[in-house]
Amino acid sequence: MKRIGVFVCSCGSNIEGAVDVCKVVEAMSKEPYVVYAANCKYMCSSSGQELIGKAAAEYELTGIAVCSCSPRMHEATFRKAAASAGLNPYKVEIANIREQCSWVHKDTAEATGKAITLAKAAVSKLCRDEELYPQSFPVTKRALVIGGGIAGIQTAEDISNAGYKVDIVEKKPSIGGKMAMLDKTFPTLDCSACILTPKTVDISHNENVRIFSYSEVESVSGYVGNFTVKIRRKARYVKEDLCTGCGLCAEKCPTKNVPNEFDLGLGSRSAIYIPFAQAVPKVAVIDPDSCRMLKDGKCGLCSRVCGAKAIDYSQKDEITEEKYGAIAVATGIDPIDVTPFDEYSYKNSKDVITALELERILNAAGPTNGRLVRLSDGIRPKTVVFISCVGSRCTEEDERGKTYCSKICCMYTAKQAILIKEKYPDTDIYVFYIDVRAPGKNFDEFYRRAAEKYGVKYIKGMVGKVCDENGVLTVKAADLINNEQMMIGADLVVLAAAVEPDKTAKALASKLNASIDGNGFFNEAHPKLRPVESPTAGVYLSGACSGPKDIPETVAQASAAAAKIIGLLSKNTLESDPCTAHADELKCSGCSLCANVCPYNAITYIEKEFRMPDKTVKIRRVASVNAAVCRGCGACTVACNNGAMDLHGFSREQILAEVDSICS
Amino acid sequence: MQLNGYKPKIVAFCCNWCSYAGADLAGSSRFTYPDNVKIIRVPCSCRVDPVFILRAFGGGADGVMICGCHPGDCHYTSGNYHTRRRMKLLFSMLDYLGIEKERMKLIWISASEGEKFASAATDFMNTVARLGENRRLGDLRCKSKTEQN
Ligand SMILES: Cc1cc2nc3c(=O)[nH]c(=O)nc-3n(C[C@H](O)[C@H](O)[C@H](O)COP(=O)(O)OP(=O)(O)OC[C@H]3O[C@@H](n4cnc5c(N)ncnc54)[C@H](O)[C@@H]3O)c2cc1C
Ligand code: SF4
Ligand code: SF4
Repeated sequence: MKRIGVFVCSCGSNIEGAVDVCKVVEAMSKEPYVVYAANCKYMCSSSGQELIGKAAAEYELTGIAVCSCSPRMHEATFRKAAASAGLNPYKVEIANIREQCSWVHKDTAEATGKAITLAKAAVSKLCRDEELYPQSFPVTKRALVIGGGIAGIQTAEDISNAGYKVDIVEKKPSIGGKMAMLDKTFPTLDCSACILTPKTVDISHNENVRIFSYSEVESVSGYVGNFTVKIRRKARYVKEDLCTGCGLCAEKCPTKNVPNEFDLGLGSRSAIYIPFAQAVPKVAVIDPDSCRMLKDGKCGLCSRVCGAKAIDYSQKDEITEEKYGAIAVATGIDPIDVTPFDEYSYKNSKDVITALELERILNAAGPTNGRLVRLSDGIRPKTVVFISCVGSRCTEEDERGKTYCSKICCMYTAKQAILIKEKYPDTDIYVFYIDVRAPGKNFDEFYRRAAEKYGVKYIKGMVGKVCDENGVLTVKAADLINNEQMMIGADLVVLAAAVEPDKTAKALASKLNASIDGNGFFNEAHPKLRPVESPTAGVYLSGACSGPKDIPETVAQASAAAAKIIGLLSKNTLESDPCTAHADELKCSGCSLCANVCPYNAITYIEKEFRMPDKTVKIRRVASVNAAVCRGCGACTVACNNGAMDLHGFSREQILAEVDSICS
Repeated sequence: MQLNGYKPKIVAFCCNWCSYAGADLAGSSRFTYPDNVKIIRVPCSCRVDPVFILRAFGGGADGVMICGCHPGDCHYTSGNYHTRRRMKLLFSMLDYLGIEKERMKLIWISASEGEKFASAATDFMNTVARLGENRRLGDLRCKSKTEQN
């Protein structure tokens, strides 16, 4: 027998001011199944909650309807109160008679009438509430970090310091990301390698951390706390555990002059190579496209010179399967392809380069050993022109670029200008900009130092064209402040190319069931309040994969993601919200309509035995909802033509009862 | 609120994350709207089965609002896209059943659009009041009542 208690809150004068609460109590006490109705000044106060407890005991209540403020305010409070009164916390319904009644209707008769209607609807829903119990499931105490840039390294380091195991999957042969390629970093000008290398070395010696370099995520299944991930370990034709990183193989390899990816093709490497001197892991890798042995079966020199017997030409890609409780995405950013910007002559002239290429040139370990020279003739440039916002802040119509601001370019342009001026003070440097964006700690000071102390000529204006006439570059631009056209003869032009998400982001997002925005950056669960979580439970965002960021911001976010993951891994079990979908196996025809609309892939199919009236056994395919994955949106319930799918907490019967009650 | 002595009944389905919060904000900002509008909370607009809407019309509602997050903002990433597609079909079916299409409204209201909720509710109430009572299914009700007697 249903025995329902109705509690009408006055909320001081907030509700009472417009709603005649006594009338509501009176009307509700006459409703079927209602055995108790009372008013209280503040239901959310401890005395209000005690009232629930007392009434529940005295009247043996089976359900509780609270007429009060929005359930978004106090649903949790009243569920707790019901639980302490010995009721199932899901046998609670709230009629929102404050935000959606007393505060929006001035006329007392009207507001009171509506309050009664809402209370009746709540009671009729309550009569159909089931007892619900959260499911608990175990948590695998290991995290996966996808991407081994500074973000991935920081996240892994923090998680491992908390005592949990972490694996890093990095698609390149070594970790470090963009930061490993930079020369110095703004705004303090410390050397990038000097601050990064200790971290990469530490992480490689950390016993809680495994680094799967030259590897990619193949597939992901499961759910928060219980992911199963298949990782493709690409064949590097070198046994990682045997290679000592001596580099003899690369020295002896007869195939030289392969463009070096790490130097963006500005330098060359051999067919077997170690990407750069401080590479972690320091293990050689054979590029199968240029190796003579792998292409034609002739050579094998490296295997003969390798003292460690690490070379294995027969190596194949391997797939390993691992289990994780949480996943951090740290796939970072890449500069866009600037070749479509014909006006800057990047394609035609060797002396028009991107900012990342300049980082390699300025880097002492780079293709020119840190000497600033033109790539066309090896001569030091006397006049350098920087063009900012190449491909950033474009109009919607310009498909070559991005509409957003890449955020880091103004600052690294100032940095590169200062670095050149430090080394070669007689260089003439121009920076063309739309506006300089330097909103960070010591950022604006840094940019002003470039302009004021180092004499870098900042010119507000757009470059219309970079002309390349027989190797002589002329930059044609408009100076918007002096309102004049400019022609500058330049020896070197540097393009501050926009950054975009890694090319693999989209495919990875679909494997993880995480979402990306129109630009391909990973979406946050909430852009302001949950910036390091993806909308998919258990998948976190670290670093620049969710939007352009500089190193300090990247690291801060990476640590924030780690903190969230540590919070998750510290739990032995997780409890799921029981308001999930469930299929009635007798009605389900196994048609897959529901699985097609589920945004979380929560629905799978199982073979189920059914005993038929004639005693035969029939096996049918039926839908089965994984309660740990289902988020309770209800999309599947409407998709199901057979009425087999329903949602706990918002069942068909409950909602129809509310509809009927309101319409009657 | 009454118009010409008749008080339209309006059911509004609001998704928990955007529209219901928007309606709450209308309350906390004291943007008034007609008391005829009664809200039913659902997790997502995609939980609204066309059957619920037909049941409301059959039960005596003169208008039904379905409110969800803006496209692209769904808390469950894609729920409101399903809603949009499903309701398009229902609109054409309402026409076929002889229920004026204007009696049903699909509208996107975010958690920060309290004023929009209040004005949408007011506008919708005025539209429905102009249309008058929902006779088409009202007749059905009378019939079943006489049958009962
Ligand atoms: C020219 C230039 C100069 C800069 N100068 C500065 C500076 O002076 N100071 C500063 O603070 N910031 C600077 N930055 C910004 C800085 O590079 C970024 O803030 C930083 O690299 C972001 O780190 P991240 O780890 O998020 O991404 P990344 O460094 O891009 O690292 C991402 C890593 O993930 C890997 N990865 C990608 N996809 C996958 C996948 N699907 N599976 C496995 N692995 C994957 C990549 O190979 C890479 O190793 C500069 C950037 C540029 C372009
Ligand atoms: S309620 Fe939503 S999340 Fe749950 S199974 Fe159905 S569609 Fe998937
Ligand atoms: S849509 Fe309905 S009938 Fe089809 S598989 Fe899903 S639950 Fe079963």
